[in-house]
Amino acid sequence: MHEWALAEAVVSTALDAVKGKKFKEVTELRIRMGELQQIEIEIFEFALKELIQNHEILKNAEIKIEKEEAVFRCNVCGNEWKFTKDKLTDEESESIHFIPEIVHTYMRCPKCNSPDFEVIKGRGVSLESIEVR
Amino acid sequence: MDPRLNIIDERLKDIKRIIAVSGGKGGIGKSSVASCLALALSKRGYKVGLLDMDFCGPSDHVILGIKEVYPEEEKGVIPPEIYGIKFMSIIYYAGDNPSPLRGNDISNALIEILSVTLWGDLDFLIIDMPPGIGDAILDVIRLIKKTEFLVVTTPSKVALETVKKVVKMLKELNIHIMGVIENMKTGESETKKEMEKMGIPFLGEIYYDKDFENSLGNIEKLQKTEFMRDIKNIINNF
Repeated sequence: MHEWALAEAVVSTALDAVKGKKFKEVTELRIRMGELQQIEIEIFEFALKELIQNHEILKNAEIKIEKEEAVFRCNVCGNEWKFTKDKLTDEESESIHFIPEIVHTYMRCPKCNSPDFEVIKGRGVSLESIEVR
Repeated sequence: MDPRLNIIDERLKDIKRIIAVSGGKGGIGKSSVASCLALALSKRGYKVGLLDMDFCGPSDHVILGIKEVYPEEEKGVIPPEIYGIKFMSIIYYAGDNPSPLRGNDISNALIEILSVTLWGDLDFLIIDMPPGIGDAILDVIRLIKKTEFLVVTTPSKVALETVKKVVKMLKELNIHIMGVIENMKTGESETKKEMEKMGIPFLGEIYYDKDFENSLGNIEKLQKTEFMRDIKNIINNF
């Protein structure tokens, strides 16, 4: 349920973005959800819909969530590859869910076996845009 | 927009004082000071949290003998409470495995921890900083506005040289420095004089304690060490 904590972060950011401006209401929140963090989208969306009810300016906002696949690039050999949970245990996968950087603990470059790689996309939650009227 | 940055102040709002135990050099006893400080404050009746920010070499759990505990998950991550200390560390997720993280990953992991950890009401949050004047210190300054720095050094000229650089940087950035602690004291040294010259309060000294190593991981033994006696004297100055 730490999805709830991340949903709170989105609400707080949206409120901050419209604070002091003369908008009538927020009509849409567009969120990008990186695959690596393996957020339970239903729980996250439920939390977000609950939380926006507490704020007049947000309560009618449409929530749009786009998933983004996670891609890594090796700093040693330049190899690029996509995230897959196939070689991870449930426990390892759960740890990456909490702190995505833990992927460096449990995953290696499939080509050269290095732990020195970058998450070039699809890490976690980001608030892409806020539409207002 | 990274929504996590916006919620960090909210997560830390019920913490009265946040103390980052820092020093620049490795091996000067930052983790021992941070862990024993948290323990001494907790034993004195304060509500205390301890965050081991040394992601690449976490060791507070070894010093305090913390094992087989995990955070609870409920609308966030609730750190387990051991000896009255709410303890947060990367070990819950990485276990005994190495975490080879570059600077950007360290920042991201810290932001993640700060944005989802529910510390609740605390009198003190002690942050055990990793060595170096790099990403970790800069991130703590950037993300945790009310941090006070507690600087650890040893009588060694080598440690003192680095500590002076840390102090200089913190002063330049107008960051509050609580003071300096001299660890592993054996005899006369220049630390107190040098720090006072820089306008930094000298909070006290911890004498070299040959029995300390054998007490690691055993909370009963740890509390009877001379190291702990010196820490208790130092917190009278807080």
